[in-house]
Order: sequence, then structure tokens, then C-alpha cells
Amino acid sequence: MKLTFPHMENLYIPLQTVFEELGQEVIVPPPITRKTITLGARHSPEFACFPLKVNMGNFIEALEAGAETIIMAGGTGPCRFGYYAEVQREILRDLGYDFEILVVEPPHGSLVGLLVNIKKLANYRSWGEIWRVLKLGWQQVLALDEVHALALKVRPREREKGAVSRAQKKAIEMIAGSRTPEDIAHSREAGLGLVRGVEQRELTRPPLKIGLLGEIYMVLEPYVNLELEKTLGEMGVEVERSIYLSHWIQAHLFPKAYRPPDVEEMKKAASSYLDHFIGGHGLESVGNTILFADKGFDGVVHILPFTCTPEIVAQSILPEISRDRKIPLISFSLDEHSGKAGFVTRLEAFIDLLSQKRAHREPAAR
Amino acid sequence: MLRVGIPRALLYYNYYPAWKSFFESLGAEIVLSDKTTKKILEDGIRVAVDETCLPVKLFFGHVINLKEKNVDFLFIPRLVSVERKRYLCPKFLGLPNMVNHLIKDLPPLAELDIDVLKETKGFYRELYNLGKRFSNSPGQVYLAYRRAMKALKAYEGYLQQGKTPLSYLEGAAPGEETRPSRDLSIAVLGHSYNLNDPYISMDIFNRLGGMGARVYTCEMFPESAHRLGVSRLRKDIFWTFGKEIIGSAFYLLEKKMVDGVILLVSFGCGPDSLVGELVERVYKRKKDIPLLYLTLDEHSGEAGFLTRLEAFVDMVYYRKEILSAGGTF
Repeated sequence: MKLTFPHMENLYIPLQTVFEELGQEVIVPPPITRKTITLGARHSPEFACFPLKVNMGNFIEALEAGAETIIMAGGTGPCRFGYYAEVQREILRDLGYDFEILVVEPPHGSLVGLLVNIKKLANYRSWGEIWRVLKLGWQQVLALDEVHALALKVRPREREKGAVSRAQKKAIEMIAGSRTPEDIAHSREAGLGLVRGVEQRELTRPPLKIGLLGEIYMVLEPYVNLELEKTLGEMGVEVERSIYLSHWIQAHLFPKAYRPPDVEEMKKAASSYLDHFIGGHGLESVGNTILFADKGFDGVVHILPFTCTPEIVAQSILPEISRDRKIPLISFSLDEHSGKAGFVTRLEAFIDLLSQKRAHREPAAR
Repeated sequence: MLRVGIPRALLYYNYYPAWKSFFESLGAEIVLSDKTTKKILEDGIRVAVDETCLPVKLFFGHVINLKEKNVDFLFIPRLVSVERKRYLCPKFLGLPNMVNHLIKDLPPLAELDIDVLKETKGFYRELYNLGKRFSNSPGQVYLAYRRAMKALKAYEGYLQQGKTPLSYLEGAAPGEETRPSRDLSIAVLGHSYNLNDPYISMDIFNRLGGMGARVYTCEMFPESAHRLGVSRLRKDIFWTFGKEIIGSAFYLLEKKMVDGVILLVSFGCGPDSLVGELVERVYKRKKDIPLLYLTLDEHSGEAGFLTRLEAFVDMVYYRKEILSAGGTF
């Protein structure tokens, strides 16, 4: 049983660790490229949301590379993601591939339910062994996210463009190559050191701060968001991301007592504008916009896949929040037709607006 | 007498008899928005986010239309879930919020969260909160609710006799009672709010009737038929309307009840982008019933739409003739 799974930023690293440590053979899909997206879009329903199409591209490329079993997450709605695997299975079947999709469904949205499914995927190894391996994967997720958060902070200050991204890449490779708790801890330290050690310039005033939010896949996966974080960072902007993989796992898979407190904070913040969950990350987008405004951010970038239903609800509400809280906001709806040039132009215009707004507010800084 | 405004859009086609009976039992007067016009649609498009689906844009237009009608409340319920383990689409979950933030100077919204996934007690509390705007007696509110449910039952029974929602709701000329001139039956599958608004559906029922076909829709099949249809799926589908569409589609395929199926989908409909794909793939594999997949948006032209419809109906008709003569198609 050669396993594969869809890409989402660095998700492949903990997944590969977990499954290989359990004795499964893993085929990581080739990194997402233009070809992946073209392939995926060609075989997907035209108006399906973008992540489904990119997943399809990953699956086709992985099956071509010899994968036999696809692992995919499920869901209980109302977001379309919960039904992705059912559609993807039928499409791949019509394309003539010989494969199996194992859908990990959250039966009660709990860690326990997930574990039952994982036991099947885990070669029926002992619970002790599964626990050890899951902890290993989790440690990698945490380390990767920490490095990422630091990179976002340092990037606007780097002296040489691209230095932080190079350091981060090296750090990721080190963490990916570590398979014991001690090794991962060591790689995390070394990785953070690499990013922190990038040569920084003196800034005459603090960089602009932008909050990034939206649908999780679009926020996380740099290829589909046209390297938004890197682009903004290299324009000298400090980006803070509202969603990390580790945070998502804590908020959705951990027992209630261990959930991060900011989930409730976010819901409370959203409640005067949106007082009901709407699936996907719609409620998070609304709540986090308000939280970013409260924290005094200069602006918010909202990113969503074209036609994403929960995010369209959010997008209908966000302009009003932006007016009420006086926080500039820009929404990007992206899909396979999005081009980087137009995207960067719009970002630059947005940044100009933010700098002018700040200069206007703090005339002394001029 | 308090005037309650109800937009003639979206769930109007599914639940209006119940709403009407509820508010009238409480002594309120109901004010409906006008029938869809070009202006109503354009008003809706102007306030909506570009990618919003056509029926939700239209809903906004109807809300704007009600603004001038001097109503005391706008009734915009939030339908989360109407059966176990199934939701409506995310846009219904956020509908009152979208309306509130996109359209200014509205009369107060009379909201009601309908969510069978929550406990029943919560629902009665919500219901009473809504009803007490009109009556102080919980008994009267409960009575109004019972009447509403009865009205809904009657409506659903009426639809299952093969009649269209419009003939009940608006006493429209019952097109289905004119005898079809050709021995041809066609099922039109889609959301009732798209199919039953003649402006949006380009009057598809009467067009098909005019081409001599007998028309079936999702509402004409009982729940059990939908359930039988979805039992073919490996994973139960978690959208109520998606279940009706895919359930009807697979039920028809199994029973071979009709000569052709038209799937009418509005652009930007999240659930239908997946539901439609599954239906299309299964129909293509089986090759038993021809399928026409039509996507509608605010730019759809009538001429192109009609041409495709006519071509499809003719194809279905000749196919049937050839097959009944023992030929192959």
C-alpha cells in the first residue's frame, strides 16, 4: 500500500514522518507547479473551488508516480470540502486509475474518532507506538510553524532580499529530516537560529503590519496564494497570519479543554457582525478582522478561493467592519486563472495606501 | 396591524404557506415583494459581492424592493438545518447577516434560527421570541406554529400530486394540466427558487410544456424517492437541497421514469458544483437517460438558452422514437 496525500504548505512533512514511522511506504506528490494546477483544473468541475482542483493535480501526479492509496480528509459540511473526496474518487475512476481513497472522517469531530480511523491507516500498530509517532509529527508541526512565524517577523528587516526565505528553507529541510524528539528539538533551535541570524538592516520606523486571513488552504499554500507572504515581506511589510496548521489542529482535533482560548475570543469578536457559524473559515475571517483592528494593525488581506461560499458571506460583511473599525482591507479571490503581475500591482497599491494613511496619522514620523 | 415583509425569493418557494399561516394567525399582515423584474435583479447585483450566486443576488434585490413598501419587519429566517445530519448551504447560514451589512436603512429584521440539530427547546424559545412581537400569549404563538406546520404539510402534499409551487402560491395558470402534445416526459432538477421564478428560469416549465413535454421536478417525488436515490452514494450528502437533486437524479435513473433530465444550476452555487458533477458522471456512465446541464447567471441570454432547450427536447424525442422502433441510438 503506497500512500499519498494532497499538498498543503508543509503538511507533507509531518504526514510523511507519521506514516513512514508506522512502516508504510509514502509517495509525496511532486511539489505544486503550473503543470499540477493545469492538470487538476482540466479534470475538475469548472465551478468547484480552487483547492479541489489543486488536490486533483496532486493526486494525478502522485498516482503517475506509483501511489496506490490516497489519504484524504472528510467533513460533515456545510463547506464543500467535506465532499471533495467523493467527487475526486469518481473523477479519478473515470480517468482509469487503479487506486483507493481512504477518507479520514471526523465522526464526532473529536480526536478519539480520528484515532479509530488512524489505527486502520497505521498498520494496526500498538496504540503506544501510534501515540509516539503522532507526537513526533506534532512536534514537527509546531517547529515548522514557529520557524514560519519568526520568518514573517524578520523578512521585512532582511538586508538582502530572499535571505530569510533561504534560511527558512534550510530550517524546513532540517526539521523534515529529523525523526526523534531530540533531533527535532535540535533542528528547531538551529532553524530558528538560522532565520534570526539573517543580516538585518536598521529600520527608521517600524514596518507596516498586515494581518492575513481567509480560507485555510489559500492562506497556507504559498504556490496558490502567489507567495503572498513572501511578496509582502519583501516589500517591507510584517505579516501576521491568523491561521497555522498547529492552531487548526488544536482548535479542531484536540479535546475541548486543550483548545486555544483565542477561538472563543474570535467568536466573541465576530458576534456583533456574524453570530452564527457558516462553515469553512467564514466566521474566523470576520472575527479575526476585528481582532487585527483591535491590535492596531495597519491593514488586513483577506484571501479566498473563487466562489468559496463561506468566504463570500464573510466578504459581504468585511467592508462594513473595515469602515466601522477604520482598518483598510483588501480581498483576493484566486483560482487557476490568477496571474501574479496583476496581483502584485494591487498589493503595491494597497501598501502605498497604508503607508500614506500612517504618514497622515503620524506626521512626526515623516 | 403589523406589516411583515417577505421577499419573494429563495425559501419563499419552499415555506411560504407556513410563514403566511404563522403570521396571519398572529394577526399580522403579509407584504410580499413584487415579482422579479430586471430592476429587482439589478438592484440585488449592485449590492452583492461579485461572486455571490444568482439566487442570493436576487434575494437582495427583493429585500430592496420591500424597503419602499412600508413594512414593520422583514422576515429573514436563518435556516441552518431542516433535517438530521444535513445543512443548507453556508449562504443560508449567513443570510440575515449579509442582508444587514449589505443593505442600508432596512426595517428591523424578524429573525428565526431554524436548526433541527439543536435541541427542540431552543427552537421554541426562538419561535416565541419571534411571536412575541405580535402576541403576548405563548399559547397563541404555539397555535400559530401548529397551523403553520399544517399549512406546510398541505402544501407538500399538493406538490407531490405533480403540481407546481407557483400554481399554489400565486394561482398561476397550471401549465401541467394542459395535456402534453407529445408522449415525452422530462425532469427538470434544480433548486426550487431557481426553477419557479419564471424570470430566472426563463419560464422553463411553460417552454417545455409548449414543446409538448410533461415536466417533473424534485418536489413531485416523495422523500422516500430521494432517500432511495442517495442510498447509491458511498457517503451521505450533507446538503438538504443537494440530497433532493442527486436523490431525484439517481431515483429517475434507476426507475427509468423519464425520457430526459435537465439539470439547471446557477453560477456560483457551491453545493451544485459538486452535486452536478456527480450526477453528470453517473449519467454518462450509464447512458440510459440523456442529460442536459445548464448553468444560469445574470448574463444568460434567452436565445441561446432556448436553442439548447429545443435541441435537447428534439433529441430526446427522436431518440425515444428510434428506440421504440427497435433501433439503436
